Amino acid sequence: MKILVCISHVPDTTSKINFTEDDTKFDTNGVQFVINPNDEFGLTRAMWFKEKQGASVDVVTVGGKDTEPTIRKALAIGADTAIRVDTEALEGFQVAKELAKVAKDGGYDLIIAGRESIDYNGGMVPGMLAKLIDANFINTCVSLEVDGDKATAVREIDGGKETLTSSLPLVIGGQKGLVEESDLKIPNMRGIMMARKKPLNVVEPVGANSQASTKKFEKPAPKGDIKMVDADNIDELIDLLHNEAKAI
Amino acid sequence: MSILVYTETENGQLKKSAFEVASYAKAVADQLGEKAVAVTINAESTNELANYGIDKVLEVKNDKLAKFSADAYAETLKNAAKQEGSKVVVLSQSANAKYLAPLLAVDLEAGYASNVTELPQTDGGFTVKRTAFTNKAFNQTSIDTDVKIIGLSNNAFGLKENKSELEKIEFEAQVSDENFGINVESIDKNTDKVSIADAEIVVSGGRGLKGPENWGMIEELAEVLGAATACSKPVSDMGWRPHAEHVGQTGKPVASNLYIAIGISGAIQHLAGVSASKTKVVINNDDEAPFFKAADYGIVGDAFEVVPKLIEKLKEFKANNA
Ligand SMILES: Cc1cc2nc3c(=O)[nH]c(=O)nc-3n(C[C@H](O)[C@H](O)[C@H](O)COP(=O)(O)OP(=O)(O)OC[C@H]3O[C@@H](n4cnc5c(N)ncnc54)[C@H](O)[C@@H]3O)c2cc1C
Repeated sequence: MKILVCISHVPDTTSKINFTEDDTKFDTNGVQFVINPNDEFGLTRAMWFKEKQGASVDVVTVGGKDTEPTIRKALAIGADTAIRVDTEALEGFQVAKELAKVAKDGGYDLIIAGRESIDYNGGMVPGMLAKLIDANFINTCVSLEVDGDKATAVREIDGGKETLTSSLPLVIGGQKGLVEESDLKIPNMRGIMMARKKPLNVVEPVGANSQASTKKFEKPAPKGDIKMVDADNIDELIDLLHNEAKAI
Repeated sequence: MSILVYTETENGQLKKSAFEVASYAKAVADQLGEKAVAVTINAESTNELANYGIDKVLEVKNDKLAKFSADAYAETLKNAAKQEGSKVVVLSQSANAKYLAPLLAVDLEAGYASNVTELPQTDGGFTVKRTAFTNKAFNQTSIDTDVKIIGLSNNAFGLKENKSELEKIEFEAQVSDENFGINVESIDKNTDKVSIADAEIVVSGGRGLKGPENWGMIEELAEVLGAATACSKPVSDMGWRPHAEHVGQTGKPVASNLYIAIGISGAIQHLAGVSASKTKVVINNDDEAPFFKAADYGIVGDAFEVVPKLIEKLKEFKANNA
């Protein structure tokens, strides 16, 4: 089985979110970048397939040279080959189109992406990619098994779960559940050394068009002061929730 | 031309989020001087859409669409948008709508903006405000294609009553076997409890509750309030609660009217995911817990004493206000 894992290079969850250039650009100053958490669950599931069922695992990202440490980390975790499409990731559709080229060229059976990236939270790349390459698509995937050319997946729905089957090729939008938190691997020294020798292929972009563009960023308005209620005065809380917040 | 809105149903009944996206579509239609057209799939009755300003509804009745299929539903909406010459398509951010939106975007060659929180600015271009960095910021996104798809954040716009003359039209989905590449084998849905996405109120528990055996009072509080139950990430990682209840930056987003956090410290990743909720209440025994800086109402106290009292008092309140 040939697996492609799509990796988004995102600010660590604890990053301070600030903007520069008149609030038109994300301020990367002092920000630590990581593999998008949803993608990391998918990557770890891919490693499981590699170990248990035999598979090759390529990882791909769309981005500038600054994203290389992130895909190197994926190599250190165990991926075989990394691909970087050498263009800035501007917007979901543009990224999906760039990935579609890599996906078609590679002839993958399974493409694992994350449900959404934690920076723009677009939630559009996996579905668009699937549609562009005419593959089946399962979103918010929390469990995935492959047997021959048939995949069985569980998807989260509002208030429950759905079990689905699909033929390959298949694209999934993955998240926690594909593997557990405790299954995530911190690359060891040997992995990091090996990753240096693994191929990281830089490919030219197709120059996909964007359909949307960010004009400006804003920060949420500062929060008003909290009202404290005494633990012995629950009636006051109920009164505030009913009459002031109109929440109950 | 028209504004098309997908108004979702659950067991044949229109969902509350359907009325919210309908309200929004009506406002966009007014802004652009167009009609608001809804699409329903296997709805028992569409009458209520007339309370939210919808001019016309395309009613799809098709047994093949009895179970959700992202591809087939996207195909249906594409056909509806083409027939109506719609330049704007409005969707909710339910799990199903988020699943089909990117497929529809490719089909319609439309730019898609998710997590939109306000009406678009349409003087000159077409710009929407959406959340980014999991509610830690907003971005103004210009959608530059002829057809535009908007995913409206749950609870961001609210319901706006608006009486209209509703024209009902039967609509053929025009789906084929090709749209059913994925089979639904089984659905496991908790029908006696509201989901986090649809809930007005969410009651959430953290590591401060010490163990899964203590969730009885969380469940009871949720029941009294008609709320969904949620939890912090470590609670689901330790297996105290199912993963589906994990909320936050790497879990489910919460945008309810009321969010009650019990024994949750308020780590940045947790806050990011729940901050879109309108009113936040914190119950924590540590007065320095970071959540107190991000909440509207707070009680410093032991959850094992405060929560049972709260349940008691809420029962009285409900009885008096029934
Ligand atoms: C990449 C990444 C992603 C993450 N994503 C998420 C996410 O999506 N969602 C999420 O929730 N977390 C997430 N986290 C974890 C986050 O950093 C915190 O560790 C987590 O939110 C803490 O959970 P908690 O508040 O339940 O536990 P704790 O931080 O241990 O807090 C427990 C709280 O309970 C209080 N308490 C103890 N006893 C009582 C009592 N008897 N009565 C009342 N209060 C009591 C304590 O004062 C304390 O404030 C993420 C972390 C990382 C690194």
